[in-house]
Amino acid sequence: MREKFIVASSPHIRHADTTNSIMLDVIIALCPAAIYGCILFGWRAVILLLSTVAAAVLSEFVWCKLTRKPNTIGDLSAVVTGLLLGMNLSSMLPFWMAMIGSVVAVIVVKQMFGGLGHNFANPAITARIVLLVSFPAAMTRYAHVFSKVDTVTSATPLAQSAEEAVGFTELFFGRHSGCIGETSAFLLLVGGVYLVLRRVISPIIPVSMIGSVALMALIFNENVELYVFGGGLMLGAIFMATDYTTSPTNPLGKLIFGVGCGLITFVIRKWSNLPEGVSYAILLMNILTPHINTLTKRKPFGVKEAAKK
Amino acid sequence: MKSVERILNPVKRIHGGIFLPHHKRTAELETVVMPPCERVFIPLSQHIGAPCTPVVKKGDKVFVGTLIGEASGFVSAPIHSSVSGTVASVKEYMQNGNPVMCVEIESDGEMKPDPDMKPFEVHKAEDIAAAAKACGLVGLGGAGFPAHVKLTPNKDAKIDTLVINAAECEPYLTSDYRECMENSEDVVEGVYLLKDILGLEKVVIAVENNKPKAIKKLFEIATDNRDVEDKVKLMRLPTSYPQGAEKVIIYSATGRVVPPGKLPSDVGCIVMNITSIGTLYRFIKTGMPLVAKRITVEGDAVNEPKNVIVPIGTPVKQVLEFVGGIDEETASLSAGGPMMGNPITDLDSVIEKRNNGILVMKQRKADTVTACIRCGRCAQSCPMRLTPAAVETAYNNQLSERYEALNVNICMECGSCSYVCPAKRPLTQIMRTVKAEMRRNKK
Repeated sequence: MREKFIVASSPHIRHADTTNSIMLDVIIALCPAAIYGCILFGWRAVILLLSTVAAAVLSEFVWCKLTRKPNTIGDLSAVVTGLLLGMNLSSMLPFWMAMIGSVVAVIVVKQMFGGLGHNFANPAITARIVLLVSFPAAMTRYAHVFSKVDTVTSATPLAQSAEEAVGFTELFFGRHSGCIGETSAFLLLVGGVYLVLRRVISPIIPVSMIGSVALMALIFNENVELYVFGGGLMLGAIFMATDYTTSPTNPLGKLIFGVGCGLITFVIRKWSNLPEGVSYAILLMNILTPHINTLTKRKPFGVKEAAKK
Repeated sequence: MKSVERILNPVKRIHGGIFLPHHKRTAELETVVMPPCERVFIPLSQHIGAPCTPVVKKGDKVFVGTLIGEASGFVSAPIHSSVSGTVASVKEYMQNGNPVMCVEIESDGEMKPDPDMKPFEVHKAEDIAAAAKACGLVGLGGAGFPAHVKLTPNKDAKIDTLVINAAECEPYLTSDYRECMENSEDVVEGVYLLKDILGLEKVVIAVENNKPKAIKKLFEIATDNRDVEDKVKLMRLPTSYPQGAEKVIIYSATGRVVPPGKLPSDVGCIVMNITSIGTLYRFIKTGMPLVAKRITVEGDAVNEPKNVIVPIGTPVKQVLEFVGGIDEETASLSAGGPMMGNPITDLDSVIEKRNNGILVMKQRKADTVTACIRCGRCAQSCPMRLTPAAVETAYNNQLSERYEALNVNICMECGSCSYVCPAKRPLTQIMRTVKAEMRRNKK
């Protein structure tokens, strides 16, 4: 028998979920779409994903060393950021550009604002936008699917003309060009269902975001299939808009956030000269998140009743 | 005769709530009575409120149920001897690191009840509160609030509903469940006595739906032939922690909201634990006050987990020996359930009235604490709809002016936020610290 006991404040039991396990769940959920992207776009996609992940993890490691903070790469959040960024890039992008993206994501967007849980914008999304405005040409060249020749470029379904249009099956299962991880709506949905079942994310944001895009497409008589399954909507709605740190915490806030993301996505896609609007939509709503949180603050139990009297 | 459909469902459902593993291994084990040990140390403060004044001195002969400590204020409950024997000393002993005035009694091993003991006569509403006080009854769910205070509401408060709390939402604990299975007679009689004498409109017996046998047993109470006006109802609560918390169970059972700083009686309710009502009835019937307590000895480091009826004042060490000892690797002990139990720092500390369990645990893997990832689970789980993460931020940045607006004072320290936190941040502990700070600042 030990001489001294551990004395701790209650509760004495804890739920099995940890920051680490949540991040691991996100990685697992991303895997099907990522692996499919690698099959679709070949070895270049594999190296690109590996390089973004490695650069993200290394950036975090170096930052922690330089600032003399405890090393946080073990929480896997840098892996998630690197993987998400890589999946949001074209397999044709030069590796060094992709790695710059990772450095921007981890150092500038995340660590400079205080690290995990303190960034106001989604690191992967912001890094993608930085790359998009810095290297517009390289960022919008996409490889042909199952092509042996890397130099052939093609447009994503969203930017394709009517003759090039892909059928629903190709669109839904992802046999078309685009960013590495965004093509297969089906596999992304599988990952999303996994996250919902594991209670990592709530379905409110993805459903309201995708739903509002679909509804707007219907109202404005656009091709709903294309708007919903083409481009980065699935990847953005399921994996990026649901980022804990940069999205509201309450169900009502999540609904406002999701609908906002969906509306902005549609507006950009339809009326601006950009082919894709998911990243900008999420970034804009990220910025509004603190205000949505304030707006949807819950009244504690009994406070309303006490005020009435 | 009422049909099974007459089992009520909750009127309202509280926000949040978490699902915990039950670990109720001891539920179907018959309670065993622990024989008195050589000497007991009965603390004179086993409740919230003023400590008792000792009325015995060294060398006095006492019996089971003899008054040894007199209540010294309104919020205070008298204390009785739990064994028969001789008072060995009246002095301070350490109880979990705090010096507490105790009456040390050397037991003669005979457990002779006090010869002056007689049934307590109850005729009118005030007598119930008097009986609760004379019995030394305190909230047996764990809070230890003197029961007669609850039963003596303000003059203008009209009490119409009694809620019998049989939720027992803490994992591991089964002592209330065993009370309901073994002493249902006392519970029934107690329920009808209180209903008639206090002139209640409604009695709701609320139990979590993970206890089907208890529901069946309690349904017999609710369907008793005496209840011609159909005032006694059984309610099946969802199995979601913390259903048994006072404000939560009132909300579930009646839909009434107890505002911050108010008492259940302000919304016309009294909540009594099922063991409390059984104990109160036994006192009225026999005159035997609260001198022994059924406690669940559980946890992964206990060799033979079981429910034991222990004389108040028995050292924890003796209880653990009685149940077959504890594992070599025992790392921590707590009095009460795993969610709200206080740590036991010393095996010489004793069983009090409000104890309902001893939890003995092996060392678990150390948690890795990370930065808050703002998942919002703490806010989602909080039955009081608070935002523990925001309180933590305010606390870490010493922004004490924010505490009031964050309503930290209504936190009941149920532990849900800490339990669900994936970053393993000590949220409940911070809520507790902040509450203490707010109390200090008020003074």
